[in-house]
Amino acid sequence: MTSATYDTKYAIETRNMHIYYGAFRAVKDVSFGIERNKITALIGPSGCGKSTVLRSFNRMNDLIPGARTEGEVLYHGQNLYAPDVDAVQVRREIGMVFQKPNPFPKSIYDNIAYGPRINGWKGSKAEMDELVERALRGAALWDEVKDDLKKSGLALSGGQQQRLCIARALAVEPEMILMDEPCSALDPISTLKIEELMFELRQNYTIVIVTHNMQQAARASDYTAFFLMDKDDRAGQLIEYDTTSNIFQNPKDKRTEEYISGRFG
Amino acid sequence: MSAETNASSERSTGTLPQGEAVRQNVAQRQRRGRVWEVVLFASTVVGIVILVMLAFNIVNDAFGGIAVQSVVEEEDLTDGRRLEDLSQPELIAILEANLRSRVLRNLERERPLAERDEGELIDIINQEIIKPEVVAIYPLSEFLFNRAAIEAELAEAFPRAELQFKSWLNWNFIVSPMSSNPTQAGIRTAILGTLFLLLLTVLIAFPLGIGAAIYLEEYNADKPFDERSPVGRWLNRTIQRAAGLIETNIYNLSGVPSIIYGILGLAIFVRALEPFTSGAIFGATEGVTANGRTILSAALTMSLLVLPVVIIASQEAIRAVPSSLRQASYGLGATKWQTVWKIVLPNALPGILTGTILAISRAIGETAPLIVIGASTFIVTDPDGLFSKFTVLPLQIYNWTSRPQEEFRAIAAAAIIVLLILLLSLNAAAIMLRNYLRSKRIST
Amino acid sequence: MADQVQASAQRAIAAQRAERVVDLRKRPRIGESIIQTTLFACGFISIFTTIGIVFVLFEESLAFFADPAVTLVEFFTNTVWQPRIEQFGILPLVNATLMVAFIAMGVALPLGLGTAIYLSEYASERARAILKPVIELLAGIPTVVYGYFALTFVTPILRGVFGQDVVSVYNVMSAGLVVGVLITPIVATLSEDALSAVPGRLRQASFGLGATRWETAIRIVVPAALSGILAASIVAMSRAIGETMVVALAAGASPNLTWNPFEPAETMTGHIARISGGDLSYGSIDYKSIFAIGLVLFFITLGLNIASRQIVRRFREVYD
Repeated sequence: MTSATYDTKYAIETRNMHIYYGAFRAVKDVSFGIERNKITALIGPSGCGKSTVLRSFNRMNDLIPGARTEGEVLYHGQNLYAPDVDAVQVRREIGMVFQKPNPFPKSIYDNIAYGPRINGWKGSKAEMDELVERALRGAALWDEVKDDLKKSGLALSGGQQQRLCIARALAVEPEMILMDEPCSALDPISTLKIEELMFELRQNYTIVIVTHNMQQAARASDYTAFFLMDKDDRAGQLIEYDTTSNIFQNPKDKRTEEYISGRFG
Repeated sequence: MSAETNASSERSTGTLPQGEAVRQNVAQRQRRGRVWEVVLFASTVVGIVILVMLAFNIVNDAFGGIAVQSVVEEEDLTDGRRLEDLSQPELIAILEANLRSRVLRNLERERPLAERDEGELIDIINQEIIKPEVVAIYPLSEFLFNRAAIEAELAEAFPRAELQFKSWLNWNFIVSPMSSNPTQAGIRTAILGTLFLLLLTVLIAFPLGIGAAIYLEEYNADKPFDERSPVGRWLNRTIQRAAGLIETNIYNLSGVPSIIYGILGLAIFVRALEPFTSGAIFGATEGVTANGRTILSAALTMSLLVLPVVIIASQEAIRAVPSSLRQASYGLGATKWQTVWKIVLPNALPGILTGTILAISRAIGETAPLIVIGASTFIVTDPDGLFSKFTVLPLQIYNWTSRPQEEFRAIAAAAIIVLLILLLSLNAAAIMLRNYLRSKRIST
Repeated sequence: MADQVQASAQRAIAAQRAERVVDLRKRPRIGESIIQTTLFACGFISIFTTIGIVFVLFEESLAFFADPAVTLVEFFTNTVWQPRIEQFGILPLVNATLMVAFIAMGVALPLGLGTAIYLSEYASERARAILKPVIELLAGIPTVVYGYFALTFVTPILRGVFGQDVVSVYNVMSAGLVVGVLITPIVATLSEDALSAVPGRLRQASFGLGATRWETAIRIVVPAALSGILAASIVAMSRAIGETMVVALAAGASPNLTWNPFEPAETMTGHIARISGGDLSYGSIDYKSIFAIGLVLFFITLGLNIASRQIVRRFREVYD
């Protein structure tokens, strides 16, 4: 752990990050820092690379054959893409919630317990019960499911499933939670619940969320990063990064202004 | 068509039919369509017809009539009384009166006749003196619908013969060992051999096949060595090429005729690995040596034969597991194997099981490779271990069918019924197992 | 006041977190590596199988051709296969094999293709629910049972129709017809897959121009699926060539160069099965000869399989 110069203000910081899929450069030259215990929204039209950037934070891009990341992604002063860094270790630190709710075809209880178990959790049954309850409470799902934890995770409604996935991520006690359009498959009421939940979670976690929905970014985030595809080489790049209120009320870049006023995308 | 129009471009355009002509044209095309539909339907129905014929053919031979004629009639021996009603000394008297002295002496030497009870004596009389013989056999259809002609024919050729119904498929047939006499032959050893061979093949092919499928589906894109050093890059590339080669190779292997696997098994398992497959290096040399033509050699050969199909079926089942589940697992910090073992495999298992059981159950109908590796057909002892000689149902069916005598054809048909029942119940078991596993995984 | 306390407490936790020492370095996962290697080895067995087949066939074939009684030229040109008088010409065996295969294709192509078109273009869901299992059942019946069927059912019928003195007890026709039945499910299922893969919008376009169902099937769908149908036919052909039990039981047990399908003639597979079924002494020329025949058989079927795969690859229409 070469504790080089790193800013403890940031939970994660990218420096000149480029992401390639094979020969194609999907994202170019992204440098910014995600503030600790804040909600950061990544917005932009589809194909702008925002999901790719998000997935680079916990090396989920590794799972795509041919994907390659250059530059630095610093987490606690370490480059996540240094050769001796273990992707499994990274994902244990930085959890992820996906676009479509994807509970395992197991019971609610086993869905939560899966993460701790694979990460070598040791403890009694009672302690595991407690951990499951804590995670479900953390995801504001406990009151709805406490009576039938043996029920299949797939039997829940869409919004409940997504909160189950959040609870599942919480159970391994990550420092950050990445959310890839977590509400795009949900109805407005479920979406509201997730947004409320994000505000709660912010106290203990750093949250990065990718969203298509500009209203959601405006009402539910502290910082906003706007990405756009370069027309020449089709690579996504970071256009503007600022507090959410500045981005939406006082954008510095013309392209940001055009996007948030709905002129393209 | 456009070429034609261009060629005759003197006229500005061709003309499409109008009015009544359209109606006629459509009606004619519709008629043609209906004719073809009937033809297509008929070709589909042929399959059903063939199945029916096949079933008729087998049932017709496995059941039917037999004409039994004894060398000596019971009544002639006993003056019209029944053997069962005679006392022991009377039975001995009959034996002494009708058997040649040498046969009698042999019997006495075995155990004095006076010491034997009535039942045993009656058996001896039946076997040695009365000697009931099947003189003619008739398939079921003839037995049922052509009775008069049969009886007329019998009355002429074998006036003393008695026509009776015979089911060649009966309990004795299933539990008796092999015999060179078709009326006494059974398939006990063949059934046991088939089941034993199936079990061994499953034990060998199942783990290997699933293992290979997991590698090809889940680890294929993996780069286990360090990408930064040229050696690591070369190794990674080599491994990926090998995986690609395995994939094509499996496809090609699945098209290799089964008899070629038999030749492979003969050269490798029966001959080259004889010390191992005959059990000699394990000291298993009791009784008759099978010379490597053991059930173990057969199982290894069969495993190679079914392996491609098992791999392909397992790959399909693994591919059907949604990748969102894998991502969720990786997102929680699971390693590759944890994800495979705890998420992918449990979800793929129902599919893997159905696919592979169907594949392996095909193997129990396979005959050609076993003929080539030299499985014996005349086996009277049950298979009792990895290194025993064995026979299987399809081999018996082949052997009996190739004999000219009608009795053997009849028991071949009976053995076919047993084999088909075995196959169908295996398939049913596979489906039930899948449904059970599906219901056990809470998934609603 | 209480809020402030809580806030400062939180800030403290956050600061603590920020300075937390995190170790992300790889640790050796020996178990994972062992598992990965084992799984790779499982896959590699298939390569060993192929190498084994090729090696064994070549090794014993070389020994066969090293025998003074045989030469390579004689093997491929001699029209007599009589091991007892040291005549080893594979032509009669190949000829019988091809005759069986062509008769079988004559049965399987119209039946299988007709079934495939009916199932994919005409059949209702209910009809499919009945017909598909029938086809699967036909495919699942052991080949030795088909052999029994050929010998005890088809042959007597042929002899009844064409006359006892025209049709022998063992004959190529009966074996070929039944092998045809046996490979019909292959033609049917593979062709149906190809037909079903043709996108519905092509059919709708055709219907929209006033074409009947039959015209659409035969002019649009079948041509679009032609490569798949061709591949299916080649796979079926290869299967017919490699089929053993039916020919071993019904086609006869003497190599015979003839064009008359009602005469007995032994195929390559039938010969291998008969020779090895007896008491075969290792190292005898008979023993070696089955490897030479096997080698020819292997390359014919392998060639057909590769051809079918190439056809699928090269001519596949890509519908996005």
